[in-house]
Amino acid sequence: MEFPTQSSPYLPPRNDVGRLMLTVILALIPGALCLMWFFGWGVLFNLVIATATAVAGEALILRLRHRPVRRTLMDGSAVLTGLLLGLALPPLAPWWIPVVGALFAIVVAKHLYGGLGYNPFNPAMVGFVVLIISFPLQMTQWSAPAGMGQESLSFVETFRMTMLETLPADTPLDTITMATPLDRAKSDLSQDLTWTEIKTNPLFGSFGGLGWQWINAAFLLGGLALLQQRAIAWQIPAGMLGGLFLMSLFFYIGDSDTFASPAFHLFSGATMLGAFFIATDPISAATTPRGRLYFGAGIGVLIYIIRTWGGYPDGVAFGVLLMNMAAPTIDYYTRPRVFGHAKSDE
Amino acid sequence: MTSYPKLVRDGFWSNNVGLVQLLGLCPLLAVTGTFINGLGLGLATLLTLVASNTIISMIRTLVRPEVRIPVFVLVIASIVTVIELSMSAYFHELYSVLGIFIPLIVTNCAIIGRAEAFASKNTVGRAMVDGFSMGFGFLLVLVVLGGMREIIGAGTLFAQAHMMFGEAARTLTFVLIEDYSGFLLAVLPPGAFIGLGLLIAVKNLIDRRLERRSVRQAAPSTQIAHAS
Repeated sequence: MEFPTQSSPYLPPRNDVGRLMLTVILALIPGALCLMWFFGWGVLFNLVIATATAVAGEALILRLRHRPVRRTLMDGSAVLTGLLLGLALPPLAPWWIPVVGALFAIVVAKHLYGGLGYNPFNPAMVGFVVLIISFPLQMTQWSAPAGMGQESLSFVETFRMTMLETLPADTPLDTITMATPLDRAKSDLSQDLTWTEIKTNPLFGSFGGLGWQWINAAFLLGGLALLQQRAIAWQIPAGMLGGLFLMSLFFYIGDSDTFASPAFHLFSGATMLGAFFIATDPISAATTPRGRLYFGAGIGVLIYIIRTWGGYPDGVAFGVLLMNMAAPTIDYYTRPRVFGHAKSDE
Repeated sequence: MTSYPKLVRDGFWSNNVGLVQLLGLCPLLAVTGTFINGLGLGLATLLTLVASNTIISMIRTLVRPEVRIPVFVLVIASIVTVIELSMSAYFHELYSVLGIFIPLIVTNCAIIGRAEAFASKNTVGRAMVDGFSMGFGFLLVLVVLGGMREIIGAGTLFAQAHMMFGEAARTLTFVLIEDYSGFLLAVLPPGAFIGLGLLIAVKNLIDRRLERRSVRQAAPSTQIAHAS
């Protein structure tokens, strides 16, 4: 057997936080563009405001804590938190929604716990949950996706909506907003409509929600690129998508009238964004190989439970935060066997 | 023997029930949604503490140590029952808002803690002062936390003051922020935890500043009870 040896010079791979964050940010681009295509300029404003606030908040806190500001800001972790939060917000949210969310994410969820590497919860999701609990009205106003024949706002009109919360006189809010597919599916199913009837609504695409299926496909693409770059561990997205798929398959096979199809669950809401970009946060997730599978599967199962029987239309944020809480315990019980030690090492 | 000024200082600041001993957190977190609710429960707890400390200090030589805890509980429960019935008679609206948390004062471990740790070992005068300063320290935390959560959560201050001060106090309500849509998190239980955590942080910050300013002054020994 041949063991080829590489000759010098050995080039060490550049592998630091900044590079990892940059890779993740680049992989977000297709999904973000897709989201903008379907939901308009509001997405861009959310991203800009959330990111700017996150970076400003991080700089302020670093100064207060007497930590190096420039070097820490350059690692891009605050930028990524802001971007992830911005992607999760409804496109017509007033400007203070991303500001409050990003400040809470950076100041409370990240730095009060000790900063990068010490936060037990995913900061972007803490910010999101604070917003959806505190401002249910603003956080559920999703505009209709492109292709629904609803009126859409121009760049300037969206800007005025974001900053001043005013709409053009001839377009009341009801004409541009609409229930999301997950919302619609939940309320229709609760009114005893069958899944086949619900699917005829133009809000639903061929496999996921209209628009949402392509957004999720784009995030899936970015996620696969991350896997190829080995920026994230495959176990977490595999576990999460697998858990969600198996749960929805089980109930869909049991009663395909009252439960949404697995494809719908996988390609609606924030499934793909959550699986590849949010649950894989290396700080708050489980760290052992087997633990990551359980961690992901737990999120998938929780998402299904919250979407089907819970009070909120989507459950990615709650699922991630709940499993963040369980991550240290999962790590404890899935520690890999140390080489040379017996299998039952107490 | 602890001096009277030290008793007051301990209760108000350096051994504060809410911020240092971390006792009585259940009512502290549950009723501080508004300033007035905090004030109502704070006053009820203050009265209970003064009365229970006084009575327990009076009977401290009569009670055998084997049965002291049940006796303390009986004394505290009777005081709380009196306060509960009087509140129901004179401040009925406030009584119905605070609900279960008034009878629950009996189980507030700050009260039995002071009875056991202080009143049963000290003279009546000291026990009374200790009860008052501990109760007042707790009241301060309740109203500060309540005020904070009310301002952030609803944008008002002293809302529903008429529950305590009669109909004339309706005008007392300040609307600090007009057209405020409300920050629900501050009103919900997580807001109480976050708010209390911030208050403790501020207290520790002030303590550290003071300590740095007067290095010669030795840090006051704080006794932290670990009961709950």
